[in-house]
Amino acid sequence: MNFCKKDVLGMAELSAEEIALILDTASVMKRVIQGDNKKTNYLRGKTVLILFYENSTRTRVSFELAAKYMGADTVNINVSASSVAKGETLIDTGKTLDSMGTDVIVIRHGMSGAPHLLAKHVNASVINAGDGMHEHPTQALLDMFTIREYYKTLNGLKVAIIGDIYHSRVARSNIIGLARMGAKPVVFGPSTLIPPEIEKMGAEIAPTINDAIHQADVVMGLRMQLERQKSALFPTKAEYAKFFGINQVNLSLAKKHALWMHPGPVNRGVEMTSGVIDGMNSVINEQVTNGVAVRMALLYLLAGRDSKHRENLINLPVREVCV
Amino acid sequence: MKILIKNGIVVTDEYEKKQDVLVEDGIISHISENCQACADIILDAEGSYVLPGLVDAHCHLRDPGYEYKEDIASGTRSAAMGGFTSVACMPNTNPPADNKTVIRYIIEKANREGVVHVFPIGAMTKGLKGEELAEIGEMKEAGIVGVSDDGFCVENSSVMKKVMLYAGMFDLPVICHCEDTKLAEDGVMNEGELSTRMGLRGKSKASEEIVIARDIILSQRFNVPVHICHVSTALGVEIIRNAKKLGVKVTAETCPHYFTLTEKACEGYNTMAKVNPPLRNEEDIEAIIRGLCDGTIDIIATDHAPHHMDEKNVEFDRAASGMVGFETALPLSYTVLVKTGRMSMCDLVRKMSTKPAEILKIDKGRLIEGKMADITVFNPNIDYIIDTDKFASRSKNSPFHGFPVSGKVTATIVNGKIIVKDGNLVV
Repeated sequence: MNFCKKDVLGMAELSAEEIALILDTASVMKRVIQGDNKKTNYLRGKTVLILFYENSTRTRVSFELAAKYMGADTVNINVSASSVAKGETLIDTGKTLDSMGTDVIVIRHGMSGAPHLLAKHVNASVINAGDGMHEHPTQALLDMFTIREYYKTLNGLKVAIIGDIYHSRVARSNIIGLARMGAKPVVFGPSTLIPPEIEKMGAEIAPTINDAIHQADVVMGLRMQLERQKSALFPTKAEYAKFFGINQVNLSLAKKHALWMHPGPVNRGVEMTSGVIDGMNSVINEQVTNGVAVRMALLYLLAGRDSKHRENLINLPVREVCV
Repeated sequence: MKILIKNGIVVTDEYEKKQDVLVEDGIISHISENCQACADIILDAEGSYVLPGLVDAHCHLRDPGYEYKEDIASGTRSAAMGGFTSVACMPNTNPPADNKTVIRYIIEKANREGVVHVFPIGAMTKGLKGEELAEIGEMKEAGIVGVSDDGFCVENSSVMKKVMLYAGMFDLPVICHCEDTKLAEDGVMNEGELSTRMGLRGKSKASEEIVIARDIILSQRFNVPVHICHVSTALGVEIIRNAKKLGVKVTAETCPHYFTLTEKACEGYNTMAKVNPPLRNEEDIEAIIRGLCDGTIDIIATDHAPHHMDEKNVEFDRAASGMVGFETALPLSYTVLVKTGRMSMCDLVRKMSTKPAEILKIDKGRLIEGKMADITVFNPNIDYIIDTDKFASRSKNSPFHGFPVSGKVTATIVNGKIIVKDGNLVV
């Protein structure tokens, strides 16, 4: 199957077949980054521009490394130092960058829909690296990749997503993607942090944390996004941890080998206890590794759209992929 | 100067009948069947409705201060193209219309450059801040027809009570923008499934309804009539219906976008559909149409709110709220309410001409002999696709671009002067 999209703006726009293709491609990429020579030349001569309007360490570095491993040139835009601080609009910034011959723009923005606005006005491919409270598709893809690698499938798995659902683009993207791949996302959190009608996106709302975790194949904690909360939505962190936190006691209700996940960065002792974060079933660090592989796969599928090598990549042995 | 409008169907709030209308020196001199008088200009209105000029109780002309969006010259031309002969403009200008000087500026500029009657609405509170009473008496002398802090809600109930009592003394309609902004939680669209999907903050329906209820209670307790702006929710309609049953002196308006569009218009981060109150759901549309039909909602206003493209071509969160409405209000209302058989043309004339004039206490909205000739000729048989590029308004921010509608204003006459002829501006 061919990947014909210009942009990857959200899981909502990806079909099950496209998701499977991205995950399959990411498997190959993971073998590449686990090899001795991580550098490939598939995106040689391509430029990947990383435009972040919000702070980030892991996602930005992950994209940058992914692009570099693929042989692309990368440019990081420090938004506070750029003309954006002089009041330039997103469309004008996008057109300026586009005119310089950029192939892919990776954008993170505090406002939902900003990547969609950008994508309409540039020729470059746009990858959404997180927009407001809307979507964070690469995070969902790497989460799904991690789960699929372990279980070999996503179909029929119960995935408990627990915490600040309201402000979470990670939750939204995961709910859409997991539901599309046949998994059963179940959400739980304080009712002040559950967005209205979330069940219409394909998630079940659990009445208690125990119901959410009971017999789950995957338990995913979410970061409490204090910076997006405009008013107090729960009384104290201590009360939150007591009633809504993930700990080893409630995790004992999950399936024995259930995966414990978190998109990071973690507020230790709030949404998850340290015992869980560093525990046996925690795959939090594995998620980070997989993030690079998934982003390589996406860059490859988008920027390498015209590459004649692409059709064969998935079946190529690792050493042939390497330079 | 004599103008004869021949062969049309005269519609007032009371009757609908094939009649000719003769205008002499700006006055409606004769309404009768088959009028044989000679005239300088004869307008053939065969197949068209001849209406008392429409009255818009709620619009934004953006003048002074935001002339890049609209000014009195462009705004009144847009109004005329939509069949409006009288418009009441809101005070959220820059500087705000909270004093007699700005009110006089608006009236004088309208006399000089406007092509329809302009009736300013004065601010309730100084600077539209919701804290201290504006000089309502002075503004009344200068010519305001009502008070409103539209765009903002007077959140402090004690201040609102004082506005009602004080404006009531001057016999001015109290026009309420109902929104509990704290409860609206910085929302940018309707709160619900779609705001969740789009990751946008939602304004709950409750944030509007709770203030509708408050203002109705204040009106009842202090015996001052209130007018509720741009009702958008089913429960809002129900609260007003019950208040009317209890005898509260409340009137209410809605706008065409609240009975034609749902929140779905925001999909794809379409900033043209960003408006306050936000577009709601199907059940709200149905409740609003029922409210219009049973008289709970007295009038249709445009809430014409011009914005420059640069204020719409941005992130949804950052985009300005509001849409232009003069040039789409009548065709949309006709298409959705009359053509579908939900109401008669007489009802529509009541909602868009007679009753708004009554609420504002202005001598407009009637097509009878002896009155100044404010007349709209509307041909319901023209089907077309709305094209915002053709708007006379300086701004083109409308979510109705590409919308199929029936009915076009072919002529607008203000004070006996032809402003729109054959569907085009002639001034």
